[in-house]
Amino acid sequence: MDTKPSPAPFAPWTDPAAVPLIRFEGVTKRFGDFTALQGIDLQIYPREFFALLGPSGCGKTTLMRMLAGFETPTEGTIWLDGQNIAPVPPNKRPVNMMFQSYALFPHLSVWDNIAFGLRRAGQDKDTIKARVEEMLRLTRLDQFARRKPHQISGGQRQRVALARSLALGPKLLLLDEPLGALDKKLRQDTQFELMDIQEKTGTTFVIVTHDQEEAMTVASRVAVMDAGRLCQIDTPQHIYETPNSRYVADFIGEVSIIEGRVDSLGEEIGIAYAEGQKPVMTRTGGTEVALGQSVFYAIRPEKIWVGAEPHPDRINSVEGTIVDIGYLGDVSTYHVRLDSGQMIKALMTNAERYAASRFTWNDRVWLSWSRHAGVVLTS
Amino acid sequence: MKRSMSVFNVTTLTLGLAFLYLPMLLLMVYSFNSSRLVTVWAGFSTQWYGELLRNEQFLDAAWVTLRVAVVSSTIATVLGTMAAWVLVRERRFLGRTLFSGMIYAPLVMPEVITGLSLLLLFIAIGLDRGILTIILAHTTFSMCYVSVVVSSRLVSFDRSLEEAALDLGCSPMQAFGHVTLPIIAPAVISGWLLAFTLSLDDLVIASFTSGPSSTTLPIKIFSSMRLGVSPEINALSTILISIVAVGVVVAALVSKSQIARREIEEREGQK
Amino acid sequence: MKLNPRRLVLISVPYAWLLALFMVPFLIVLKIALSDTAIAIPPYMPTLDLAAGWSGIRDFFSELDFENFTWLAEDDLYWKSYVSSLWIATVSTFFTLLIGYPVAYAMSRARPEWRPLLMMLIILPFWSSALIRVYAWIGILSSEGYLNQVLLALGLADTPLSILNTQTAVYIGIVYTYLPFMILPIYATLEKMDESLLEAAEDLGCTRISAFWRVTFPLSRPGAIAGCFLVFIPSLGEFVIPSILGGSQTLMIGKVLWEEFFNNRDWPVASAVAVVLLLILVIPIVLFQRNEEKNA
Repeated sequence: MDTKPSPAPFAPWTDPAAVPLIRFEGVTKRFGDFTALQGIDLQIYPREFFALLGPSGCGKTTLMRMLAGFETPTEGTIWLDGQNIAPVPPNKRPVNMMFQSYALFPHLSVWDNIAFGLRRAGQDKDTIKARVEEMLRLTRLDQFARRKPHQISGGQRQRVALARSLALGPKLLLLDEPLGALDKKLRQDTQFELMDIQEKTGTTFVIVTHDQEEAMTVASRVAVMDAGRLCQIDTPQHIYETPNSRYVADFIGEVSIIEGRVDSLGEEIGIAYAEGQKPVMTRTGGTEVALGQSVFYAIRPEKIWVGAEPHPDRINSVEGTIVDIGYLGDVSTYHVRLDSGQMIKALMTNAERYAASRFTWNDRVWLSWSRHAGVVLTS
Repeated sequence: MKRSMSVFNVTTLTLGLAFLYLPMLLLMVYSFNSSRLVTVWAGFSTQWYGELLRNEQFLDAAWVTLRVAVVSSTIATVLGTMAAWVLVRERRFLGRTLFSGMIYAPLVMPEVITGLSLLLLFIAIGLDRGILTIILAHTTFSMCYVSVVVSSRLVSFDRSLEEAALDLGCSPMQAFGHVTLPIIAPAVISGWLLAFTLSLDDLVIASFTSGPSSTTLPIKIFSSMRLGVSPEINALSTILISIVAVGVVVAALVSKSQIARREIEEREGQK
Repeated sequence: MKLNPRRLVLISVPYAWLLALFMVPFLIVLKIALSDTAIAIPPYMPTLDLAAGWSGIRDFFSELDFENFTWLAEDDLYWKSYVSSLWIATVSTFFTLLIGYPVAYAMSRARPEWRPLLMMLIILPFWSSALIRVYAWIGILSSEGYLNQVLLALGLADTPLSILNTQTAVYIGIVYTYLPFMILPIYATLEKMDESLLEAAEDLGCTRISAFWRVTFPLSRPGAIAGCFLVFIPSLGEFVIPSILGGSQTLMIGKVLWEEFFNNRDWPVASAVAVVLLLILVIPIVLFQRNEEKNA
């Protein structure tokens, strides 16, 4: 799923000397009785492609609108480039936004839409012309300059919105669900185009999305949000492989969660989850646990091997019955009920044609996985 | 879908439209009657139009009406647009319920009451009745119509367009001028047209609020009508109906051709 | 929310205008309606003397009485004209519905490309002066008018019918003037009705006619109710139509108010008539709003 190579040379968040472009300090936002954001602390570094990911109503859009200047924090401070931006109105901020609806001015042509901000900034005609043409080239819109927004396709509109918000050369570009209105195929192409443009312009991007795949693809770091709080801020790979809570594990990708109690300590710990069943043996990956503590064991479906016999090299093997099979072409997912009643999802690549028919409903199968396959979570 | 019109439907539509248009057509045809006896056809003539143009009283009244209509509908459009903005955008302020009540009440208030109450106000504050008082009266009731028309457009206005303008460096006033106003312009214009025709047609409120020197055309027409049918009134009515009909038809054709052009452009855009 | 100057101007200008030219005049009507007839012939009242402080306000209220309303209740002219207004408005609304519904229905069955044109044809008369449209009927309905000419020529009548200056002429005038108000809301509900509903009804065993009564008509009822209110409310206070077509026998409150004011110059009674008219109007207006909210 995550095919992005880890951005090895670019990781300013690991460098203690790096100066963040944006700093949230204890930011809380309330609308009447409703708390939209609670005690947000966050640093975003220059040239980052930062994704805010969460279900609708989690506060991600509010957070972004505070950066744009359409909302002010109830408590706390937002610093942009060392300046407190609370008193700065939206039209005076070096921040531009690409709206979810694109908000293209319907009465203006593509050209005039892109030139809109430059004109307000009082730039001279030749500068505006040069800049607009540069933007048109960047977003491959040259032939559409004279069209009105309603005369171009959805994907083209998306690029106009991007060109318009980049024209002023903002320090920070905010993208509110930028690809939400596009169909799936176009969305994938556009994701790479966005990354390309971000790299070319060197602008800091903050993207709001509810689509985890999109966040994982484009972002250098992802912040997972829930109910006004930040759950985890990390690279896509870390978010996926070492989620810090059940919520994050469940929100990103598929996962099976086994609830149990620590019943042995050592190099591997044992997690007992049902009477008469062999405990799950796993490395803790740094999570501190005590004997008898109740914990959650989260394991991704692709980490599990399905076979007629237990896998000889895997430390964990358990038998169960297939209750459901989802055939997706490239892979098949199996929903297996263990004898304890626990449900486990497992994924198999259909490397050979018709291999998927190897197992069928109600077959007894063995699930096996290694000591490194899952993570131990305490919350 | 079955889309063949039944005989019943065709008949109904024909009769309905005949009912709506026949009286006006008769009136227009007989304005070209050479006889003073309006209902007896005695040959084609345009003499009544000539007499109308020589009738100073009618011309004066027409001039008063036109001035009142232009001024009152313009002020009403400004005030009505402001009021529409307040209705749609200002969710909380002192007396909001009273404010929206005062916008909607004049729409259902019988004209006789509006006229009477305004007259009593003008007398109470010692304002002499004349063109000014008619303008004040017409502005007051037509601004409510304007605000209803404009607010129905503002409700569906995508506010992120304004936010985008602010984001791109507009002050709130500039955002209104560069983005909001151009987009809601059709509603503002039709609000103005509505206010203009309301003012042009109004008899009752003008009767209460006009003075002896400021007779409007409807007042003049009404006082002649009480004496029965006259060919001059027929001629005048024909002129007024024609102006309105031409205006409405042209407006409809213009907006229709704009829609058609837009559709063609959209088809091209898809290529 | 902060009260910035821009907001302040935006709210206060239209607000002040409406207060001064709608609310205050209305309060003056109320005040005069409660003033004494004798001292109320122009200059009609002791104005509220705010300079005199509380005693001024007390004097102001002590002068108020319901004498004018008693007068309205005692003189049967007013009773009769209120009842007759209600009657005329009701009958006219009924006939407007009777004529407007089939027209709206036929419009909604017309081919889609014809509908905008039909809509425009229905709205067009509304843009021209109501005064002129009502006037056009004088020539038709008078005893030597076009209608009688046709009837006599066809031998359908021996003597000219006298329709002008009767209540019948007023009904015709109201139906004619307010017909678009009835057609448009009914058409709006019929037009957005899903065609497949009728097919489903026929599939389930309805005949064409019973499908109309069981499906189309109930679904269009909100539009018909809205149309009825839109005709009933303004026709209740109508002045132009009864005074041009109704002759001296037709009693309607709007006309009585006008005559009370212009001919008898009795301002307190005219104001009291206005207040009672408004009280009568409140009921249908509230019902209308309920209907609109229910269907919003």
